[in-house]
Amino acid sequence: MVEHRPVRDFVAHLILIVGVIAVAFPLWVTFVASTRTFEEIVSVPMPLTVGSHLQDNYEQVLTAGSERGSKAPVGRMLVNSLIMALSIALGKIFISILSAFAIVYFRFPLRNFFFWMIFVTLMLPIEVRIIPTFKVASDLGLLDSYAGLILPAIASATATFLFRQFFLTIPDELAEAARIDGAGPMRFFFDVVLPLSKTHIAALFVILFIYGWNQYLWPLLITAQESMYTVVIGIKRMIAGGDASNEWQLIMATAMLALLPPAAVVMLMQKWFVKGLVETEK
Amino acid sequence: MAEIVLQGVTKSFGKTEVIHRTDVTIGDGEFVVMVGPSGCGKSTILRMIAGLETTTDGEIRIGGRRVNEVEPKDRNIAMVFQNYALYPHMSVYDNMAYGLKIRKFTKDDIDKRVQRAAGILELGPYLRRKPRELSGGQRQRVAMGRAIVREPAAFLFDEPLSNLDAKLRVQMRLEIQKLHRELATTSVYVTHDQVEAMTLANRMLVINAGTVEQIGAPLEVYDDPASLFVAGFIGSPSMNFMPGRRAGDGVDVGEGLVVPLPPALRATAGEQVTVGVRPEHFVPGTGGEGPRFRLRVDTVEALGADSLLHAGFNGTLLVVRIEGHATPLAGSSLEASILPGKAYFFDTVTGKRLAG
Repeated sequence: MVEHRPVRDFVAHLILIVGVIAVAFPLWVTFVASTRTFEEIVSVPMPLTVGSHLQDNYEQVLTAGSERGSKAPVGRMLVNSLIMALSIALGKIFISILSAFAIVYFRFPLRNFFFWMIFVTLMLPIEVRIIPTFKVASDLGLLDSYAGLILPAIASATATFLFRQFFLTIPDELAEAARIDGAGPMRFFFDVVLPLSKTHIAALFVILFIYGWNQYLWPLLITAQESMYTVVIGIKRMIAGGDASNEWQLIMATAMLALLPPAAVVMLMQKWFVKGLVETEK
Repeated sequence: MAEIVLQGVTKSFGKTEVIHRTDVTIGDGEFVVMVGPSGCGKSTILRMIAGLETTTDGEIRIGGRRVNEVEPKDRNIAMVFQNYALYPHMSVYDNMAYGLKIRKFTKDDIDKRVQRAAGILELGPYLRRKPRELSGGQRQRVAMGRAIVREPAAFLFDEPLSNLDAKLRVQMRLEIQKLHRELATTSVYVTHDQVEAMTLANRMLVINAGTVEQIGAPLEVYDDPASLFVAGFIGSPSMNFMPGRRAGDGVDVGEGLVVPLPPALRATAGEQVTVGVRPEHFVPGTGGEGPRFRLRVDTVEALGADSLLHAGFNGTLLVVRIEGHATPLAGSSLEASILPGKAYFFDTVTGKRLAG
């Protein structure tokens, strides 16, 4: 677009600016609230400038937690969240890339049947199967454990499907050339398929990490001890009752902290992420 | 270096037999081209030799060893694919070295072989590049380099030049010829391009619908086609066919033209005979010895060195090649005759060449 039309440009920018404000303003309010005292937040109108309690609030949530709500320190929750999100993301990638590899490159009985079985589970997210899954997890003694947080979410039909579609675009001749070169299936997988999937893995990692980090319903059910809370649950547990009984400055500080890791992952992986979505290196 | 023998080889997918009983012996150091229209099964035969397809029946031997049950990597062959099949994430060097690395060659040995292949193929300056940074011709050379470094018993080429543009194709054709002269490795080359087949082959296999129609040196096949299919497929522009009926000691192809049958064929020729004449075997004007006939010139393609006349005769268009520029105008009429002894006679029903 090289045309110059001032009115259209103005309107376009106006819409964009309004959009940015609509997205950014709540974030700003959260940040401001996390830097002030309880009294300042509940006063009307609430101040919109950064206050003086930034360090106090963050120190308190990271080490001691809220006094009136859940008393677990948020530092521990962040570690729990990180373990859960990383395991879910990496586990999903590991399992789905291997199953996609099997489905695309090996001929075995009922291959298509299994693919469609995996595909059908796309329609069954955790929320749909939550009661039986809880029963299974509790029978296996997985309540209040990392395994319980991670395992039920670790298989991914979506990722399997995406990897399958990507593998199908890799020319067959590449596999044949590798066969003639003397590479066995796993050698082919590690030397050729895996490097070619790099950008796809990165893109999926970002998506799946955020998915794992934002898990709410399942961790809420399966964790009872404060030491196993994830940060998303922690926020929920801090909100104990009515407006006045919550330490909003601490809740907001926790919310800010919960926001940082996914944002960091997106920013750090952005280059790879975009590449994975738009580029096919063949 | 090895001899490749196919003995009674067939291939079926389900119940359909796509390759019918094939017996071929490819001599040590020979360059054999399998040529045929797309879908004729030539690639399937090549892939059976490579071990990428199973053999339904019969035996394939490479260097005297039965390889039907042997994995591709252990057949001591190297293959060059139409779409190059280079590993996109590896440098040119690594692409060539990969097979050697897997075979646990020492680093020095790998380096020596890769450098040597790069020298032969003039890939030296590109060794650190990725395949996507190379042109089509260079990529094809890398694919050949990958084959050369292995020093295999045989090279298998699967339409290696089909993805290149016309000019590059000619150049690569010459390079493959040169390469074969230098390395003298047994080579099997699949193509649908009869020019490639003619220029590269020591011997060629003309394949049609899963059957080897003829095996022979290129000019032998050109001069002595065994069937209508071979005659029509080899040669460009292709041979003219004039279906006719037996009339005494000749074949009546219409418009009053009776092409005399050679004495040796008179006994065997049936009722329906097709006469084939190559475009260059017409004699324009009244100077020829054979029976004369009249052509209506429809279009003229002046190619410089020669001209192609598309001329109507008995309801079909014949292609006549005339040397030089002197061409009749489109729409004019031309008297011509067939060069004596250069007409081919085929049984219209079986498609086989009549033999005396």
